[in-house]
Amino acid sequence: MGYRMLDILWIAVFAILVAFAVPWFLWGDSTVVAGLPVWLWWHIGWMVLASIVFWVFTNRAWDRGMGVTNG
Amino acid sequence: MAELAIQAGVVLGYLLVALIVGVVAYRVTTNAAEDYYLAGRSIGTVVLLFTTFATLLSAFTFFGGPNVAYAAGPEWILVMGVMDGVLFAILWYVLGYKQWLVGRKHGYVTLGEMLGDRFGSTRLRGTVAAISLLWLFPYVMLQQMGAGEALVGLTNGAIPYWAGAALITLFMILYVTVAGMRGVAWTDTIQGLFMLSVIWIAVVWVLSSVGGLSGATSAVAASNPEFLSLGGGLYTPAYIISTAVVIAFGVTMFPQINQRFFVAKSDRVLKRSFALWPVLVILLFVPAFLLGTWAAGLGISVPEGANVLPVLLNEYTPAWFAALVIAGAIAAMMSSSDSMLLSGSSYFTRDLYRPFIEPAVSESREATIARVGVAVFAIGAFFASLTRPGTLIEIGNTAFGGYAQLALPVMLALYWDGVTKSGMFAGILGSQGLYLTHVFVPSVPIEVAGTTVSLFARTYVGWDVALAGMALGLLLTVAVSTATTATAAERPDRFATGAD
Repeated sequence: MGYRMLDILWIAVFAILVAFAVPWFLWGDSTVVAGLPVWLWWHIGWMVLASIVFWVFTNRAWDRGMGVTNG
Repeated sequence: MAELAIQAGVVLGYLLVALIVGVVAYRVTTNAAEDYYLAGRSIGTVVLLFTTFATLLSAFTFFGGPNVAYAAGPEWILVMGVMDGVLFAILWYVLGYKQWLVGRKHGYVTLGEMLGDRFGSTRLRGTVAAISLLWLFPYVMLQQMGAGEALVGLTNGAIPYWAGAALITLFMILYVTVAGMRGVAWTDTIQGLFMLSVIWIAVVWVLSSVGGLSGATSAVAASNPEFLSLGGGLYTPAYIISTAVVIAFGVTMFPQINQRFFVAKSDRVLKRSFALWPVLVILLFVPAFLLGTWAAGLGISVPEGANVLPVLLNEYTPAWFAALVIAGAIAAMMSSSDSMLLSGSSYFTRDLYRPFIEPAVSESREATIARVGVAVFAIGAFFASLTRPGTLIEIGNTAFGGYAQLALPVMLALYWDGVTKSGMFAGILGSQGLYLTHVFVPSVPIEVAGTTVSLFARTYVGWDVALAGMALGLLLTVAVSTATTATAAERPDRFATGAD
């Protein structure tokens, strides 16, 4: 896969991370599991996922994204 | 009376300890601008993370957020998560890392300086600084209002609003004038860790007396069932999206946040902070806003002009602990105000005073002017805060919206060589003009195609006008840049990072 393709992929990943931090598909839902609404659990899980994805990004694409060869 | 003495003692004691830490830090600070404002560009991961974090940890998030959760449900957690956890983190990379690279190469200390150099325009430099200072004013006011309201809530009105606001103003001025960035960064770290710990202890304390997580949530289900379903009431998709977007972009242009893009010791520091960011946001805001939500279920009634958090803690935890949390929050607000004032003073002296009033100013005189400027600014904001022009969230949103207008032209300038000086002026002034009109001109209802629309209102069909301003800024920057040619003084190569 070319770098250009990889860049587009990262942009898509970031867009998904932003878009689904709010679980829009649970709109109006009030199911409570283990003391908290399901939508809140989703959000907490999603934030942990975001941290992991960000960590992978810093290892793989951080410098290339800015055209820096040796950070 | 004994309780009031404990509360006042804990609050004052805490603020004094924070001040002493600042003084110790000051002893290792020289008067040189790069050290005073940027701690010699030597800030490590934990300190950078927490100093940025503590800066976000303001009256807006700490008291305003729980108040909203108390009144309208916990969805505010989602707004904070999208905005601070994800969007801001991405901007941290897109704007922050780029600025760090450029700043390291050319030694920039402020946003205005960076743009002024790139576009060969002192006027642009001054304009950016002036706009930043304009929106800083309501945000400093916000901290003073927050502190005033917190002490009213904690002491049940025994300490009046004005006294709380005056107390934080006094400490702010003392602190900034004796510390500088190194002092601020140090206390921010201590405060951030402290706040994170006490808020969790508070959660455990409250939950243990109301039957655990399920008990607290069932109480909310009984009293305000609509709080538990996602959306509804205040929280429309338009509200969630506009608030999150406007604030995330706005935050990047706050002087104190933007200046932090220049302070990291190495790019490793920036990377680690970036990855830890979403988790840190969740760790603080989930418990803080849930406390606000649970308070509604527990039948806590909040007196007029107070915040829910102190009232709740007073009810369920011992007086000294409640006072400690509030002291911590006030101290955190103090340190965010300090960061703001400190950065604001560097904008004032470097981008306005020196270029326009006294180019040959000596370094020690400049430092004096910076400190006097801080005092004048903070006292002005204090008097304005006494008028209490809106809720914490309203005042905060106004400031964020104003800063958000700067973000897109700056981002374009960082990445697109084709941006011209005229394009920057058009984008920045056009968007500010639109936004300022909507903030200051009272709304006028008009008839459009049979329905009534409020002209100059802050939202149009639920969408924040700040978003429209951002779009206009983007459009104007691109259009005018395309239509004009760069002058010889403009140097796009200043922002090149590829050949680093």
